[in-house]
Amino acid sequence: MRLLIVDDSNIIRRSIQREIGDQNHEIRMAGDGVEALKVFEDFKPDIVTMDITMPNMDGLSCVEQILKRNAATRILVISALADKGTAVEAVKRGATGFLLKPFTSETLATEITELFVD
Amino acid sequence: MVTTQDVQALPEDDLRVFVKGTEYFFLQVTSTRAEVSTPFIKEANDQVIDDFSAVIGISGTQRGCVYYSAPREMIRELVTHYGETEASDDLYADCVGEIANTISGNAREYLGPGFMISVPVVFRGRADDVRFPHDAPAFVIPILWNGHRSSLILCLKRDEKEPPTFDPEMLKEIAS
Repeated sequence: MRLLIVDDSNIIRRSIQREIGDQNHEIRMAGDGVEALKVFEDFKPDIVTMDITMPNMDGLSCVEQILKRNAATRILVISALADKGTAVEAVKRGATGFLLKPFTSETLATEITELFVD
Repeated sequence: MVTTQDVQALPEDDLRVFVKGTEYFFLQVTSTRAEVSTPFIKEANDQVIDDFSAVIGISGTQRGCVYYSAPREMIRELVTHYGETEASDDLYADCVGEIANTISGNAREYLGPGFMISVPVVFRGRADDVRFPHDAPAFVIPILWNGHRSSLILCLKRDEKEPPTFDPEMLKEIAS
């Protein structure tokens, strides 16, 4: 499986990478929505983890753009925006799931496993 | 000089949202409880900026900034809870940005989607020339975690044109 991790925080990208790094998946990373779309075109990931609040292009817009390119992509939105409306909006735009920050390694592992199993 | 108007600029319920959010962040990320002391209004000579700081711009129903500032030793210890074994100043700066972003973003559970947050801007060093907004008081929330002191600083003012969107019932719930 190919996985793209999108977050403007390096420490979050690395913690997600560590969580799935020993499962023999190919992983790439991006720091904002614009960079994510560039990587997406070349890398063609099966699964994407997506932050929302990022420079250049926010995560929800990026979700839409990715799904226009490949509707089969599974996207887990991982954000600190805790109002219910944001999670609902993420799913409306096509996200497979929503994980609230701060997450524990257990909750992250559970969500990632579900993405791989689906 | 602190005026009654200053104190009213940030309602106690809003302050409590950030206190609870800070406690939740440290417990969730580190499994160690942080002690949050009584918030106070920053006076001109109060030194609250530490080695690594991040600021989040706020717009929508409120206007202003949320700052988080912490000493190097604390961040060095904190990044290990994200699984980091080899750390750098870049990573420490990134970490304070993530803390400010997470606590501010989580506040939307109670303050609503109208509480809009920017991406964090991070800076290093105990700069004396950090400017706080002039039109809102700076409420300092002191945080003690694992023997380290850090600060969350709220400079917020309600936008009169935008009504608050928080749910009063939810605020009662977290206050209990």
